[in-house]
Parts: sequence; C-alpha cells; structure tokens
Amino acid sequence: MPPAVYTISIPSSTRRLEEVRRFVERHARAANLNETTVEHFKIAVDEACTNVIKHAYQGADNRTIDIALIVRPDRFTVSIRDNGRAFDPQCYRTPDIMASVRERRAGGFGVLIIQRLMDHVEYRTEGAVNEVLMTKYRTPQPEPVPPPSPGLR
Amino acid sequence: MSNFSVGFRTSGPAQILDLKGELDAHTASELEAAIQKCQEEDQHKIIVNGENLRYISSAGLGVFMAYIEEIREAGGDIKISALQAKVYNVFDLLGFPMLFDIVASDAEALERFETDSQPK
Repeated sequence: MPPAVYTISIPSSTRRLEEVRRFVERHARAANLNETTVEHFKIAVDEACTNVIKHAYQGADNRTIDIALIVRPDRFTVSIRDNGRAFDPQCYRTPDIMASVRERRAGGFGVLIIQRLMDHVEYRTEGAVNEVLMTKYRTPQPEPVPPPSPGLR
Repeated sequence: MSNFSVGFRTSGPAQILDLKGELDAHTASELEAAIQKCQEEDQHKIIVNGENLRYISSAGLGVFMAYIEEIREAGGDIKISALQAKVYNVFDLLGFPMLFDIVASDAEALERFETDSQPK
C-alpha cells in the first residue's frame, strides 16, 4: 500500500511556525499517533524548520520550506526540504548545557532535541536540495541482532 | 498576532512572569524583553510561571540559558513554577532540572528564595 502523504510549503519565516505545528498536530492525530508522539513531532518539526530559517537561509524570510508528512502503517515520517546552505551532521558537536550557560549563549540544541525525540533522523543533500527525514515507528523496534560469532559458523 | 504573552505580577520580593501560549523562535524575543525589563528595574528575583504555557521549543529554553548567569551574579535567580507536564518534559530533555529550580507552585518558588537568602 502506498503511503499517505500530506504536504505544506511555507515561506522561511518564524511567524509560520505555529501554522506548521497545527498542520503536524492535525495529521499526526488523524494517523492515530498517541498524544506524546504528536507532541514530539510538533517539537521536532518546529526545531528543524527553525534551523532551516536560521542556518540554511540565514534569516532570510522569503525562501521556501517544503514539509511532507508520510504516513505508513508501521511508521510516521516528516520530510523537510530547503535549498539553502546544507547542514553537515559530521560537523555537529553536541552542545554542553553548562558551557552554554557559562558563555551566555544557546545554540545547537534543536538538533539534539530532534535526535532525542525521534527514532531515526537522516540528513541528505541532492544537488541544491537539502532534506531532513525524521521518523518514529509505531511500535518499538527490536534490538539489532548481533552478528553471529565466527566460532559458531 | 502573537500567540504568546507575558504578564507581570509582584509577590513579596519576587517578580512573577506569567507565560501564556506558545514559546518558539518567533515569540522567544518577548520573554527576552520581559527578563530585560526585570533587570532594568533591578528586579533579579524572578519566578516564571508556566501554568498557561502550552508549548516550548529550544528557542524558548535558550532565553533561560542566556540570562541565568547574569541574574545569579546580580544576587537573584530565575525559578520556574507550575509547568505543564508536556512542557516540563522538554526542559527535562536538555537537563534543565540540574541547572534550574523547577517547582510546583509560586509559593514553593518564594520559599526557595527565602531559603536562598538565609545565611548558610
């Protein structure tokens, strides 16, 4: 069965974050996600769009962010696309809350929140288009099975 | 029209900021302005009441991180009271309970301020 896909495109302005959260909330509830998971998606999508506005588009409010919600029987995925500066997860360093307080600055926590709330996060860039895919599975995934030890083969 | 507002109340030695609505990258500047207003008025004992705060993102949490040292250096503190569970969970996700006094009510926050000011 093909997944159900719901899309919205917004200009890159923080004014539109509330509208995005309502969009996610409506469709996540319609997909029968529990309230905690709905809340987690609202935050993750807000954080990802905020990062696109601040970093990919460096504050420009006239660019476009394309958001797609992809509903499958076993998982719910959000895709967020932009064509600004790419985010390189290899260069990301987990911020230290104590150091941020000491230095009176706060940045990089959005990525951390997304990582902590989602089951799977993937960043990719193809040509001029950057995409982050954020997924939660409806049921907990089984622990990965360790590879068999050579001695048992 | 912003879906976030800050109300000001005074209780004993503390300034209470009543947050209402949704705190995100768009509305965080309003909380920042409210804290700056407290500082300008030399009011460094601040209670942030979250009873009517329905949502917070890292942009909102960032305001607390950016100001807490300054406020503490001035002899005050930011205590956070009456958070809804779903909002508390976001504070908890980043380890805020280690850094901030997060309490159930304004009365408890006031008690903490009293305890803080007692000689140790």
